[in-house]
Amino acid sequence: MSENSLAIRKFSDLANPTRFLALADRVLPWFAACTVLFFAAGVWLSFTTEGDYQQGETVRIMYVHVPAAWLSMMCYTVMAISALGTLVWRHPLADVSAKAAAPIGACFTFLALVTGSLWGKPMWGAWWVWDARLTSVFVLFLMYLGLIALNRAMDDPARSARVSAVLVLVGFVNIPIIKFSVEWWNTLHQPASVLRLDGPTIDPEFLWPLLTMAVAFTLLFFTLHIAAMRNEIWRRRVTSLRRQAVRNAGREAQAL
Amino acid sequence: MIALFFRDLKLSVRAGGGTMIGVLFFMTVVAVVPFGVGPDLNLLSRIGPAMLWIGALLASLLGLDRLFQAEREDGSLDLLLMQETPLLMTVFVKCAAHWAATGLPLVIASPLLGLFMNMNELAIGATMLTLLAGTPAITFIGAVGAAVAVALPRGGLLVSILVLPLAIPVLIFGVSAVYAAIEDPAPFLPPFMILMAITLFFAVIGPVAAAAALRHSAD
Amino acid sequence: MRLLAEGLSARRGEDLIFNDISFALGEGDALVVTGPNGSGKSTLLRVLAGLLRAESGRLRIEGGPAEIAHPYELSHYLGHRNAMKQELTVRENLSFWQHFMGDSPGGSGIDVAAAAEAVGLAGITHLPFGYLSAGQQRRMAMAKLLVAYRPIWLLDEPTAALDAGADRLFAALVTAHLERGGIIIAATHQPLGLGSTQSLQMKGFTH
Repeated sequence: MSENSLAIRKFSDLANPTRFLALADRVLPWFAACTVLFFAAGVWLSFTTEGDYQQGETVRIMYVHVPAAWLSMMCYTVMAISALGTLVWRHPLADVSAKAAAPIGACFTFLALVTGSLWGKPMWGAWWVWDARLTSVFVLFLMYLGLIALNRAMDDPARSARVSAVLVLVGFVNIPIIKFSVEWWNTLHQPASVLRLDGPTIDPEFLWPLLTMAVAFTLLFFTLHIAAMRNEIWRRRVTSLRRQAVRNAGREAQAL
Repeated sequence: MIALFFRDLKLSVRAGGGTMIGVLFFMTVVAVVPFGVGPDLNLLSRIGPAMLWIGALLASLLGLDRLFQAEREDGSLDLLLMQETPLLMTVFVKCAAHWAATGLPLVIASPLLGLFMNMNELAIGATMLTLLAGTPAITFIGAVGAAVAVALPRGGLLVSILVLPLAIPVLIFGVSAVYAAIEDPAPFLPPFMILMAITLFFAVIGPVAAAAALRHSAD
Repeated sequence: MRLLAEGLSARRGEDLIFNDISFALGEGDALVVTGPNGSGKSTLLRVLAGLLRAESGRLRIEGGPAEIAHPYELSHYLGHRNAMKQELTVRENLSFWQHFMGDSPGGSGIDVAAAAEAVGLAGITHLPFGYLSAGQQRRMAMAKLLVAYRPIWLLDEPTAALDAGADRLFAALVTAHLERGGIIIAATHQPLGLGSTQSLQMKGFTH
């Protein structure tokens, strides 16, 4: 009786990730293809449109920088939603999603920081200024790294998922605080040199390549995220198969 | 609850507790600064408030990782989790006791160190006041980190890494309130009020999140 | 008052530790859980204490005080570790737990000196807990069961590190608790020397 009910539960446990794996296999090629298409279009647009008369060629950095920065925020939002999924709905895929998203988010944040720095050197004459956006993005980067470190430090995936979900949510609460507090701090100390990119104020000449690149980056994120989730599920299966092998070996030793 | 408060207070004041070490660390960090930036008194008095704040931030992170880990090692955490009293309150009281044992001595020691940094009376008073209002927030945030890292064998360093980014707003408003008090045109009250708001905010969020993490990390 | 467990199962990480455990205990009943190491005795007790979430199944109190949300609020848990601070004196330790835990409805704990006497260690409550020998520390941890009243005792290897004399003393404490209408669930290798008890043999779960 107990053997039977266990088998049933194991099956229903796996049903969800299994369906996800099948779905991932089906959609991944399409996502990847769309990503490549949009990137090709975006890069072509970025290099064929005119440069800014003030900034010259360097304005093209924007087409990488802005989408990367936007994704660094969106990735954290995805993680926060996944954290809610872990804690509130106990969805089996939620913690896989959060764990898979962290390194991707860290990479996009790093990309945003590096391109911002490259852009800042010709514009502001310095690789780094402690201005509002930069500081808040840097703190975001540190939070990603802390979360990755935490995930790596715990061996039991179920427990580390719930615990780091708590931290993701606390960090999410903190993001607006960091943003506004640094702006406040900034007005007191040094004149703001914040980049402003409100949609309508930007010239359509720049808007089209920027939007294309933003779509391309978003698609890239989803492609990477789904692939990373698939890898994480496989990694967990390998781990549990290994555990099983150890147990079986123990039983055979007893039988001998 | 009161029993828990006094027990934690006793534990940190007795031998091996964090009170003395925290204050000593604070003094050492601040004393190292003049060696680094040179003995220029004008410079020291200008960066003094910031240095005191950074020293206090680091010193209050020092003993935080033991907040729940010590309880876990001797099995007390199990009993704390089992009681009828909400875990939220238990965490809150533990934070309060930890602050009273490690944060408050830092606040009391800060005027002395302010003199070393050639700060005037106004600056010393403002620093003390902002430390008094701001250090509890660091303890409450730190409680989340401590609860998250409670099951890790070497969680100490990780707690600091996880907590420091979250503590940045406290540092920003603490320091800016002090500078607002010294430099005339900027008003003191707005940043100070925001500092207090952050403290109150984390006094709610911290125990809630720490309690959730403790419940989930039990094994 | 009755403590009912229905179809409990628990897992740690990926591994199912035990499956479908049910029992019913009334006032004055004891349940002795036996089994080899790693068979899930400790896990079962931690589930009963609310420290681990059961994978499935239900645990409830029948006919107990109305305002109790979970059975573990009516329980003492004596784990492998003593839950006492080395730096504090025995008296400070015991009176802290007495005040912090409070009494469950339907009974009251005895004071610290009387509890120390009950475990045969009167007169050393002024010493720091860390100075006591392992056996004495274990006995003081048992005194903790007496200072605050709980109808249900969950005991995990209670007699580890105890000699034969202390064993008998502990059996007397347990019997007294059962006679007062308490419930005891104990995980142990060796018999506790109790009279009428139910027993649960844990075999360990293999896939």
